[in-house]
Amino acid sequence: MLRVCRAVLGPTTAAEDAWSETFLSAMQAYPALRADSNVEAWLVTIAHRKAVDQLRAETRRAIPTDNLPERPATDGLPGDGLPGDGQSQLWNALHALPVKQRQTIAYHYLAGLPYAEVAQILGGSPQAARRAAADGIATLRKTYPKGEDR
Amino acid sequence: MTTTPPNPVDGDDLLGRLPEADQATQTRLHARLAAAAEQAGILDVAYRTLDTPVGPLLLAATEHGLVRVAYASEDHDKVLDRLAETVSSRLLRAPARLDDAARQLGEYFTGRRSLFDLPLDLRLAHGFRREVLSHLRDIGYGTTASYAAVATAAGSPRAVRAVGTACATNPLPVVVPCHRVIRSDGTIGHYVGGAEAKKTLLTLEATP
Repeated sequence: MLRVCRAVLGPTTAAEDAWSETFLSAMQAYPALRADSNVEAWLVTIAHRKAVDQLRAETRRAIPTDNLPERPATDGLPGDGLPGDGQSQLWNALHALPVKQRQTIAYHYLAGLPYAEVAQILGGSPQAARRAAADGIATLRKTYPKGEDR
Repeated sequence: MTTTPPNPVDGDDLLGRLPEADQATQTRLHARLAAAAEQAGILDVAYRTLDTPVGPLLLAATEHGLVRVAYASEDHDKVLDRLAETVSSRLLRAPARLDDAARQLGEYFTGRRSLFDLPLDLRLAHGFRREVLSHLRDIGYGTTASYAAVATAAGSPRAVRAVGTACATNPLPVVVPCHRVIRSDGTIGHYVGGAEAKKTLLTLEATP
């Protein structure tokens, strides 16, 4: 779930905040959860809301401008297991994608939800979710250096 | 690593390279969550393990007190699953709540404590078994009692087997001293942590 938050927000303190708040909310709400609920999808739904909160907070903190630069995440935390090599380039490439593509990729590939459930969380159709993820993956293949891990 | 060319619209090979957080980060985040949950009053069961001469003990506490002590032979993962089912699934490794219990157990195992002064949550024991547990606490450090004597003390002299069951299902071994209950013929009998652990505890308590 931390990878999911990091894929949407970058390997930042914002992702850690979203992760913490997700599990705190989940613990708070858990007793009311129906026994037949899809816990995985439920958790991703909470994580999605918490990540959106973090994105909004980032926007509020930022200075308003007409042109939003695509800003790669460079503020990874020390000791977070992300050396400045291929992995960190992959995080950067991921963070350069539009939010919707990051979300679909995170919820489908990292959280393992089918596109139908991803679409329920994000709104829109499963086809649109599949397309957003495919577009994102295609861009990643262009921007992230191909070949073996270095 | 496979050499099959990746499906251009399938990202499994790419995303699989994103690392999980390292151990230090996970530990830090877990501690942060546990502290936040405790503060929010939604941490129903806190647990930790403690290394002792009778192996690692699992200690679990509710907000009312120590609710479970478990030997490794009981399978800590299974015990935690049971706690999640019977007490609450709002359960986290959160050592702070168990600091006092861990300290007192540490003193006990080094011969510096003969009586535990801890709030206990006996919700996992019911009926006669719970009655038996309350009498076990009357058997002092360094002494023993027979199953029959405990049955009599609990008001049911013929319920010797039931006393055995109560001891075998004691949710708080060591702290509630079922290890001090032995057979009438003087042999030590069964124990939830194994006969060897029972012998270790009795030897410890017999050492001045």
